[in-house]
Amino acid sequence: MIHFVLLISRQGKVRLTKWYSPYSQKERTKVIRELSGVILTRGPKLCNFVDWRGFKVVYKRYASLYFCMCIDQDDNELEVLEIIHHFVEILDRYFGSVCELDLIFNFHKAYYILDELLLAGELQESSKKTIARLIAAQDSLVETAKEQASSISNIIAQATK
Amino acid sequence: MSGPSLMDSLFQPSLEDLIKGLRQQLIGEQAFISKSLEEIRKEIKSTDLSTKSTALLKLSYLSNLHFQDMSFAAFPALEVLSSPRFSHKKIAYHAISLSFHDSTPVLLLITNHLRKDLNSTNEFEVSLSLQCLSRIANVDLARDLTPEVFALLSSNKFYVRKRAVAVVLRVFEKYPDSVRVCFKRLVENLENSDPQVLSAVVGVFSELACKDPRSYLPLAPEFYKILVDSKNNWISIKVLKIFSKLAPLEPRLAKRVVEPICDLMRNTGAKSLLFECIRTVVTSLSENESAVRLAVGKVREFLEDEDPNLKYLGLQALRIVAEKHLWAVSENKEVVIKSLSDADPNIKIESLRLVMAMVSEHNVSEISRVLVNYAIKSDPVFCNEILGSILSTCSRNLYEIIVDFDWYVSLLGEMSRIAHCQMGDEIENQLIDIGLRVKDVRPELVRVARDLLIDPALLGNSFLHGVLSGAAWASGEYVEFSRNPLELMEALLQPRTSLLPPPIRAIYIQAAFKVLVFCLHTCFMRGKSIAPSASLDNLPAGVSASASYESFDDFSVENGADVAVVHGQTCASAPITKESIVNILNMVELALGPLLGSHDVEVQERARNLLGFVDLTKPEILNSSIHEKRDSEGKRVESSKIIKLMHDAFSKELGPVSLSAQGKVSLPDGLVLKENLGDLEMICGDIEPPSSNSFSFGSPYEEEKDGLSFSNLQIRDDNEQSNESTSLLAAHRKRHGLYYLSSGKSEMISNDYPPASDHTLQGDINDNADDLVKLTAESLIPKRKPKHGKPRPVVVKLDEVDEKPVAMKQPESRDDSLSGAVRDVLFGSEDIPPTSSQSNLSNSSKRKGKEKQHTDPHTESKVSAVGDGNSSSRRRKDRSQGKERRHRSPRKKNDEERKDADQKEKKKSSGGRHKSRQRAEEPLKVPAQTPVIPDFLL
Repeated sequence: MIHFVLLISRQGKVRLTKWYSPYSQKERTKVIRELSGVILTRGPKLCNFVDWRGFKVVYKRYASLYFCMCIDQDDNELEVLEIIHHFVEILDRYFGSVCELDLIFNFHKAYYILDELLLAGELQESSKKTIARLIAAQDSLVETAKEQASSISNIIAQATK
Repeated sequence: MSGPSLMDSLFQPSLEDLIKGLRQQLIGEQAFISKSLEEIRKEIKSTDLSTKSTALLKLSYLSNLHFQDMSFAAFPALEVLSSPRFSHKKIAYHAISLSFHDSTPVLLLITNHLRKDLNSTNEFEVSLSLQCLSRIANVDLARDLTPEVFALLSSNKFYVRKRAVAVVLRVFEKYPDSVRVCFKRLVENLENSDPQVLSAVVGVFSELACKDPRSYLPLAPEFYKILVDSKNNWISIKVLKIFSKLAPLEPRLAKRVVEPICDLMRNTGAKSLLFECIRTVVTSLSENESAVRLAVGKVREFLEDEDPNLKYLGLQALRIVAEKHLWAVSENKEVVIKSLSDADPNIKIESLRLVMAMVSEHNVSEISRVLVNYAIKSDPVFCNEILGSILSTCSRNLYEIIVDFDWYVSLLGEMSRIAHCQMGDEIENQLIDIGLRVKDVRPELVRVARDLLIDPALLGNSFLHGVLSGAAWASGEYVEFSRNPLELMEALLQPRTSLLPPPIRAIYIQAAFKVLVFCLHTCFMRGKSIAPSASLDNLPAGVSASASYESFDDFSVENGADVAVVHGQTCASAPITKESIVNILNMVELALGPLLGSHDVEVQERARNLLGFVDLTKPEILNSSIHEKRDSEGKRVESSKIIKLMHDAFSKELGPVSLSAQGKVSLPDGLVLKENLGDLEMICGDIEPPSSNSFSFGSPYEEEKDGLSFSNLQIRDDNEQSNESTSLLAAHRKRHGLYYLSSGKSEMISNDYPPASDHTLQGDINDNADDLVKLTAESLIPKRKPKHGKPRPVVVKLDEVDEKPVAMKQPESRDDSLSGAVRDVLFGSEDIPPTSSQSNLSNSSKRKGKEKQHTDPHTESKVSAVGDGNSSSRRRKDRSQGKERRHRSPRKKNDEERKDADQKEKKKSSGGRHKSRQRAEEPLKVPAQTPVIPDFLL
């Protein structure tokens, strides 16, 4: 299974973390520090796998972002590379040629997409189309709720003036 | 987050404002974060849920990416969770799954929220709730929500069902009893037509099978069908993972799945699936020669690929193959060896492991030579990786592959001189270990130790201190093989030893002590051998003894070399004269005097011992040379008695100590070992207990040298040994001069410090790779004639297993609660015995007598489904038909017969799936047969 997902920028800034195994806040910081030290220093033409504390970390760089996933020893590295690619393609489709800024300002949306893709450290949905549909449906749910809210708030705001 | 919202109108900074502020960094990141946290703490207390949820969202952002503590928001998060609005719920669930853990106090309060949402009609709310449960589930939550999850397992919305399936894994882990409720439904989902649901179920089973594969053997037919039918690579990969766990348990299953896996391997275009096939074959189906051949062929394609990922994985697969099929490595050795100089450290390490797998006793010296040359050129990390793997490979099974120990010891010496070497401690252990175990190697060991000790440059490298302490110990313990003890003495007392840490310094002093005693002893005994009448017990004869001693001294000064030849080869190169002895004594006093005030007790004590000894002996030695025999003879004899005593004490041989030696000591009366030490723990609770490796024998030099009886050692006598071995050594040196460090006299007393790494024999490094290719090419061909001129020396082994104390208990069949529950569901509750192989191995009390039944119709009938995996519609019939077939000819059915049976069965297809499970009750009607093993091969 996947133990955690990390998105780290080339400068070492964390853009997204998702933990499927229990890690305390302290451990999380340590893991990220350790891994970004290992991964960011690796050259471009090396393999995408790193042995780390008895686990394997599969990473891949897209533009300025490193997508990392930590898996068990007997998991399939190539499969995880495909999952990463899958995730990136979905993000790309959702944001329309995604860039780092999209993820920075919509960090929660990136999470929601990831949650559709992975659950409990396993791949949940392998169809890009389905995920796009699911996300759109939830977005519209959120939007309608928001519109209601803002209309009510307008009323209140006007009333209190 | 676009568009105006309530937050903006109420001037609450939104998440976007927070992110923008962070990026502008007007007041610095930390300051801004703490300012925002202040705001959030206020906002989160608001009664307005929208304000609260925005605060929560911002807080999750800070917690997630800036690692701020958000435990204070646990309760507010629950409040937001109760909001009817989906957007609020989403934020709350995100925050909760991010921050809650088992000890979060409000965890108890969440159960009802989750239950409500699990029962919601909105599939997205259900999904959120499931997601959260998968992350924060503890025993209570898992237990309380099992019914809801169970219901969702058969939800008609596949979106919900697949999520429920994935969450079930966590629920099982936390609350194994839920298996009894949910397992059946989970299994039923294996037949689901929706690929996503199927993928989720197979994923769950692949995780479960990792922990306890045996329990899932009865499901093999279902998995087999999926393997054959699946067109989805994600699913295939997972199923392969399951089979790689199941196949080793049941050889017939292994035979059955080989074909489909090979087909997949031949036909698939997806590298990930191909790799999974390869891995399954090499790990679990390695008995099947043709499958392995096919897999190795595919591995070769990986190795030759440009993509470093494939190359790395190829090497990894090769390493797994190498355990059983070494030919696979040798077929690909060019690639492997080329990879040693790859740019990627991971690939280099993999290929190094493979090269080490190729090592055999015939090529070990050549391969090590080339690897050491690689190590010299490599970066420090890889260099130590190489050295470490040489050391561990060579020492495996008590130096199994080493024939020529002289060579190996000098290799150890050479390795420790490599600039980046950090393996000092391991080299130290091996030097001492070999010294103890292999008698024949001791002269060479002393020579190597001497070369290390006299090099002042090495003292400055703290990584080598371990090696030096080993060398010092060896040179002290086996000083009788030294060609020049005086020189050793100088080396041990050289001023730069002050750079050593105290424990090692203590070893140096102790070694110096031994060397000194040996020098004195040789000197005195030599005197006696010329005048045999002078024995220690024969005091009256002392006159003539000392007379002849005097004359001998004069003689030896003039004709040292000749005399030495007469009196034994040990002091062939440097006769010990009285002057040199006196010099040494002075040197000892000079060097150790200051250490009497050392802060380290060990150093101080040893220095005191040695100086005390010098004090005892020095006056007489001085006197005996200056004055005439009359006044000194009595005393002199006394001191020589001391020397003799000391020498005897030191010449008692030390041997390796078994790790279990302690167990052999019988318990003395009155010693209560099992008394409760609870009080002690209370008193010194804070004190860390020392690591319990005190019985490993890494440091035997710390033991007293006399008085210990090693009852379980096989100590061979060697009296004639030394002569023989030195001549052998000389012969060997002549033949394999390449492997020896040059030992010219000139470098012995070199005062300028040479660099720590002087590789005099670096030689041609350029075509290393080619060398290695050639060498390993021979590695697998049995040598016609062994290269080594002398037989392998005896390596002392203890009469019992020496390596490691075998773990007290093998982990018994993993009967943890989860797999126990799974078995119960699979076997117990349906009153069905497990497959016979299980009944042999498992000792679960739960299944008591059940497995004694002779027939096993359920498993058997399921198994028969394996035989016919082509169409899903026929599956059910197969089950029932399997039972029928069993009556007729239990074992030897070929496909034709089976098809016939299929035809017959088709006519009377019956019942729902659930019935097929209940049919388990029927076995009793089946006439008793000879014990039937469920046959996966039908």
